[in-house]
Amino acid sequence: MLQVDGIQSFYGSSHILFGLSLTVNRGEIVCLLGRNGAGKSTTMKSIMGLVPPRQGSIRFKDENITGQKPYLIARMGMGFVPDDRRVFFDLTVDENLEISERRIEKSDSWNRDRVYDFFQPLKHIRSRKAGLLSGGEQQMLTIARALVTNPELLLLDEPTEGLAPMIVDMLEHRIRALRDAGLTILLAEQNQKTALGLSDRGYILDNGVIRYQGAIKDLQENEEVMRKYLLV
Amino acid sequence: MDFSTTITFNGLIQQFIVGLSRTTILFIVSSGLSLVLGVLRIPNVAHGSLYMLGAFLCYSVATLFGNSPIGFWFAILLAPIGVAIISLATERGLFCHLYDREHLMLLLFTFALMLIFHDAVKLIWGSEYRSLTPPVIFQGSLPILGMPFPKYNLFLLSIGPIVAVGLWFLTQRTKIGKIARAAAVDRDMVGAVGINVSWVFASVFVIGCFLAGLGGALVAPTQNITQGMDHTIIMEAFLIVIIGGLGNVWGALLGALIFGLTDSMGIMILPQFSIVFPYAAVVIVLIFRPKGLLRATW
Repeated sequence: MLQVDGIQSFYGSSHILFGLSLTVNRGEIVCLLGRNGAGKSTTMKSIMGLVPPRQGSIRFKDENITGQKPYLIARMGMGFVPDDRRVFFDLTVDENLEISERRIEKSDSWNRDRVYDFFQPLKHIRSRKAGLLSGGEQQMLTIARALVTNPELLLLDEPTEGLAPMIVDMLEHRIRALRDAGLTILLAEQNQKTALGLSDRGYILDNGVIRYQGAIKDLQENEEVMRKYLLV
Repeated sequence: MDFSTTITFNGLIQQFIVGLSRTTILFIVSSGLSLVLGVLRIPNVAHGSLYMLGAFLCYSVATLFGNSPIGFWFAILLAPIGVAIISLATERGLFCHLYDREHLMLLLFTFALMLIFHDAVKLIWGSEYRSLTPPVIFQGSLPILGMPFPKYNLFLLSIGPIVAVGLWFLTQRTKIGKIARAAAVDRDMVGAVGINVSWVFASVFVIGCFLAGLGGALVAPTQNITQGMDHTIIMEAFLIVIIGGLGNVWGALLGALIFGLTDSMGIMILPQFSIVFPYAAVVIVLIFRPKGLLRATW
């Protein structure tokens, strides 16, 4: 579903990604592991078109989307949940979802009602300003906001960062439910327990380069790689 | 110098109402400026030129209809629409290709627009004064508290609240308004949920310019329509937006009230120095609230 091939990305003049390649197949949860500053978020933003790569190519659903505008990539079926959440602070929960909602001709498509069922706590705070929500509530809202765009591939950037363990458990549960509902997910995580528990395959990123890739089972058995790239 | 102007209660009230009708124009113009500044983050230096264009268009349309009452209403309506169409063409044809450029480029672009519109007005209408008489129902005055009060100013007073409510409805209740508020804070994320931000910018820009044109059309019967009216209003509008809080439409309302009322009340108190009052008010506001009275949107 997603093929990233040798992308080189920059933030201004600093080179962040050095020829990064990865693949995500339909129906998988793939995780991107790595320390802070390894390039996980830049990878996500490059795929979404927010930080277009200077070299290399990105294909989504067999179409070349390299250099495409983010809104067109979103309309093709890519949903983005950024690491800093970035809810629309000035708008209420319901307005956040209203402006993002995009109807598609599908019986099980996501709309506001279905999202409120999926994240029950949001229903009770639907008229509250998003800027006044707790971290966990904002995280639910950013995922919900991506869902109402009816994506086929969801880019989840550090969804559990800075959240209480109880909320993390709830989110893990919800992310599994999304996979069961047929969504493909690329997950960037620092929280290894979450990432390894959820994913089918994983990539380890270090200084903008993929150092390891493989099935989660193999990764968990490979102590050397785990120690070298993931333990602080 | 003789400062012994007698200030009567009725006189104060009258000046107050005159100030309020002046406030209406200032509010309409500066709310448009503030809207564009808040969402596109560009101080549109050409905003005053669009106001002037609105006044000249209003004059021409009214004259075309032989200054009949119908012609007046057409002029009030068509002038801002004409300004909106011109701004849409400018935005889609030129401006929208520059959004990725640095800020200074955009500012320079609006500066260039100001010069172009200024010369275009001079080419089309020449440099003589024009004036427009309001239709008969707005001529003369009505007695308020025993003082005669110009009917046209009362008409202006009724427009202010309509524009304010319209802006409230637009920003708070319509989808485009909600998207614009989201884009003011985080335009990248608005794009990432599949919204074409470029069209949001176009709509906001056109609405802002429409308000400049409306202000110009409404002011046309109250003063000489001349070259240079663009410079006066753009200075005032920027000061109002700054003391109100950048990008905050309600701040523009508050700023316009302060500016308009200090101006008209100042004339009562010290006519010789009346021009100083609104600027002094701006300085005082900025000393105590350097970021403006209400929260800036960015």
